[in-house]
Amino acid sequence: MDLALNETQQMLKTSARDLLSRECPYSLVRDMEEDARGYSDELWRRMVDLGWLGLAIPEKYGGAEGDFLDLAALLEEMGRALVPGPFFSTVVLGGLTILDAAGDDMKRDLLPRIARGQLLMTLAITEKGGTYESQEIEVQARREGEEYVIEGTKLFVPDAHVADFIIVAARTASGSNPKEGITLLLVPGTADGVSVTPHRTLASDKQCEVVFHGVRVPYSAVVGEIDGGWPPMERALQRAAAAKCVEMVGGAEAVLEMTVEYLKQRVQFGRPVGTFQGVQHHCANMAIDVEGSRYAAYQAAWKVSEGLPAAREVSMAKAWVSDAYLRVCSLAHQCHGAIGFTQEHDLQLYTRRARVQEQAYGDARFHRRLLAQTLRA
Amino acid sequence: MDFRFSQAEEGFRQELLDFLRRELPSQWEGPVGSTEGNDWDLTLQMRGKLAQKGWLTMHWPKDYGGQQASPLLSLIFNEEMSYHRAPGRDIFGARMLGPTLMIYGSEEQKRKFLPPVAKGEVQWCQGYSEPEAGSDLASLSTRAEDMGDYFLVNGSKMWTSLAHRADWMMLLARTDPEAPKHRGISFLLVDMRSPGVEVRPIVNMAGSHEFNQVFFDNVQVPRENLVAEKDRGWYVAVTLLDFERSGIDNAASSRRLLDDLSEFLWEAQERGFHRASEGWVEDLLAERYVETEVARLIAYRVAWMQSQGLVPNKEASVSKVFGSETFQRVADTGLKILGLYGQLTWEDQWAPLHGRFQDAWRHGFSNTIAAGTSEIQRNIIASRGLGLPRG
Repeated sequence: MDLALNETQQMLKTSARDLLSRECPYSLVRDMEEDARGYSDELWRRMVDLGWLGLAIPEKYGGAEGDFLDLAALLEEMGRALVPGPFFSTVVLGGLTILDAAGDDMKRDLLPRIARGQLLMTLAITEKGGTYESQEIEVQARREGEEYVIEGTKLFVPDAHVADFIIVAARTASGSNPKEGITLLLVPGTADGVSVTPHRTLASDKQCEVVFHGVRVPYSAVVGEIDGGWPPMERALQRAAAAKCVEMVGGAEAVLEMTVEYLKQRVQFGRPVGTFQGVQHHCANMAIDVEGSRYAAYQAAWKVSEGLPAAREVSMAKAWVSDAYLRVCSLAHQCHGAIGFTQEHDLQLYTRRARVQEQAYGDARFHRRLLAQTLRA
Repeated sequence: MDFRFSQAEEGFRQELLDFLRRELPSQWEGPVGSTEGNDWDLTLQMRGKLAQKGWLTMHWPKDYGGQQASPLLSLIFNEEMSYHRAPGRDIFGARMLGPTLMIYGSEEQKRKFLPPVAKGEVQWCQGYSEPEAGSDLASLSTRAEDMGDYFLVNGSKMWTSLAHRADWMMLLARTDPEAPKHRGISFLLVDMRSPGVEVRPIVNMAGSHEFNQVFFDNVQVPRENLVAEKDRGWYVAVTLLDFERSGIDNAASSRRLLDDLSEFLWEAQERGFHRASEGWVEDLLAERYVETEVARLIAYRVAWMQSQGLVPNKEASVSKVFGSETFQRVADTGLKILGLYGQLTWEDQWAPLHGRFQDAWRHGFSNTIAAGTSEIQRNIIASRGLGLPRG
């Protein structure tokens, strides 16, 4: 048993924290909420130069040959710093799905460009049903000659507005089992008939409605197997949920630290507010939630990283962290008093994102249902 | 990172499981009913067998009857013993007295007191709390007057678990009433058969006799039974409290309750207990299940730190609070799901799972009080762990 990150991962974290504290200040996070693209070229360039984009990509595809756990360590720091932009979409949703499911030609084409920071990607799953289940995939891709023609609407697609490629889960055959007949298709973001409209969200992040109207892609755009897209999609969702959990742990820890610092400074009744037991117990509860979240999230990331069956651990982690992070934020607000809910305070940057992250790749209830199924099996 | 146990550790787990299958009564699901009286014989019997295996004090150094086992092996031992509701462990002697004497005891004390614990021949109890000194333990007033070659003890201890079974007590008593409260306390080892010791039972709300009040009326304790220096006992006591806090027992017991409940519900569904298939039941079960797994991970983290030679700070308190509160939530959830049936005790022929959930619920109230209340643990997390200033 080894419950610590290895030396490389710790160094990666340290250098990431160092860089992000300088180059991703809260002022940038705020600016990017207002920015149409939602990320800064300068910071993106820095991340590319440090090899972050190719961290989890094998050397033969131009990456650094790191594993998922290395990426997780980095994502924790990015979650802590609230890094805006299409890193998660490009690497976790796009790159790792290509690496997992695509044929070698497609990998050779896309992965080196991702590693060099020249290609942005995302993954389109969710539709109007608003969940992450196979039965709600209704976007159609019908064969016409040597092409697929895609019709339908995807919702909540992160960073589709800037993506060079969108991996679309589309229905290519219908039958009684909703998990069958789904195909993953690689669609250029600029293809004719693709229209992207960013949602207006409470975190002012960039999730998009993507409408496909008569969009034509060649057979070579199939990622993996025709009609066999759901198993890799399930794995993609597991990776996404595990990665999101780790990102949330980074945020939760930042919120706890921010709160403790404030409570040491803020004086009422002639003494620091942090000396009051009621307030201390709020902090203790936050610490308990952060501690539990950390090991639940990393256990899931470790399982994914090792290529072990991870469904149970991922659901456990997302079920726990989704709720725990929100509890941490609520208590942080209680400890901060009125200043915490002002727009100028940084706490609310985390709180609004925690609410969005809660829902991403399945909320607590969703994952508890999946878990209940594994318990029954 | 690697969340797996080593092959040797898994091998030990398997050996322990085989041992439990062999040595526990057949079809053992744990003691039934709230009175521990009938089970005491089994406890002693199992303790002897655990001692023969060397497992009772496996985490001790070899010189004193231990196996120098890593904290991870101890963790596995406690996890499986708790999960299987197996009697026989010795919390007071093996987990508290032993590690404490290893640090603070004289060589004579170690040689005299440790081997009988390792052999499972002696029962210890812990004389800490008093009627007027609970969470504020340092305000204790049981007096030990220095008479030269002995201490003269007068006063009373409260909530003393297993005092009615105990041969010896670890006693905290005030030797200097004039000193500031933390500085006038001494740590004494008291023979429970000494003249002037009286034990009175306190029956808890589960109908079970586990606690006692112990009275001392001019009890003489030989000077050789003083651990560490006189008036320095508080520091010995604080060390011991750190040995006491562990979350794995709660995590494993909680998990066992949930596993039992799930199994019961799947069968009960077929017999017409229809609420077992309602969505809210599934959601609540999964929610508790997640918590027990998180509790397990937190407890693993504490043991892993110890195995690396690190001293857990807030982590042990986090584990204690979260584990004990998880156990309470699991018991409560079980009763909610079982509905009317939940109230039935083991004597009732309709009682599900031998009435274990109502029993766990009644017992559970003590979990967030004993060994440092949840409030005290949270104080520790906030001050020692997070560095918030003291009030």
